[in-house]
Amino acid sequence: MLDETLLFKWMTEFDHQIQTDKAYLSGLDAEIGDGDHGDNMARGMSAVMHTFKTPNQSVAEQLKAIAFALISKVGGAAGPLYGSAFLRMSKAAVDTQQLDQLIQIGADAIADRGGANFGDKTMLDVWAYVPAMLEHHTLSSAGLAQLAAHTKPMQAKKGRASYLGERSVGHLDPGAVSSQELFQALLKAQSALKTSPNQALKNGTD
Amino acid sequence: MTIGIVLVSHVTELAQGIAKLIQQVAPDVPLTVAGGTADNGVGTDAAKITQAIDANPGDELMVFYDLGSAKMTLDLVAEMSPWVIQRYDTAFVESAYSAAALAQAGVGRSEIETQLKPLIIK
Repeated sequence: MLDETLLFKWMTEFDHQIQTDKAYLSGLDAEIGDGDHGDNMARGMSAVMHTFKTPNQSVAEQLKAIAFALISKVGGAAGPLYGSAFLRMSKAAVDTQQLDQLIQIGADAIADRGGANFGDKTMLDVWAYVPAMLEHHTLSSAGLAQLAAHTKPMQAKKGRASYLGERSVGHLDPGAVSSQELFQALLKAQSALKTSPNQALKNGTD
Repeated sequence: MTIGIVLVSHVTELAQGIAKLIQQVAPDVPLTVAGGTADNGVGTDAAKITQAIDANPGDELMVFYDLGSAKMTLDLVAEMSPWVIQRYDTAFVESAYSAAALAQAGVGRSEIETQLKPLIIK
């Protein structure tokens, strides 16, 4: 169930992780892309955190604000991809706040926007598997790391890395790694709220 | 129906450079560009693309772009825009040049599109 408190905690954890791993993500991108994924995501997430300053937003409104922050600030391919995911999730959140359903809608939006299939060495190789893991309560940090690791032997069919052809094999996809971090942040947020719901609620409405 | 041409590139100078090339053969075709991020870094910017589309006085906009994320940002903008926008997955320089030259000569969009078909590369 995605409520305002969890969404705030989730994005806070993700922002923290992205800012910490900014250089690492850009380094991964430098191997097979244009070397700016970490910096782009860090800029985008700073803008995302700014959106929480608008008080009393519903989950749908907040997701939409997150989408626009990412679309307007990221600059690279991750902007329209993450942005489209959150934008379509915001439309769906009017009717459902089931996390697995929302993430599935987000994954579909990414597939539509980028035209990628599974195994194309993109962020979809993480996103596509998360809804079922959420549904069956099997989502784990190790499982997410494994999903991102699976992109290493793949040859890129979409994105900047696809221009390298076979040379893209043997490198992690940076978008898959930032997606791994997105869902690891979700896990962290969920467990933090379980252990101390009152504290989290206080932070969430801060 | 006036045809307008919009160029979307990751790099400000690349968009401006192709515009310069095109204006030589199509001085009367409405042409607007969106190049680079908001701070003119390498990338694409939804606000710049929206601005280029809104500022173009053409009735039918033919949009050309360089690489993948330009296409995705463009599609996002197009979905939210009230204008008729056609995006072409063609060789950037050749197709923009060809479309502009034909539009200058008064050729309609469907005929231009036929001429662009061999230039589809993405």
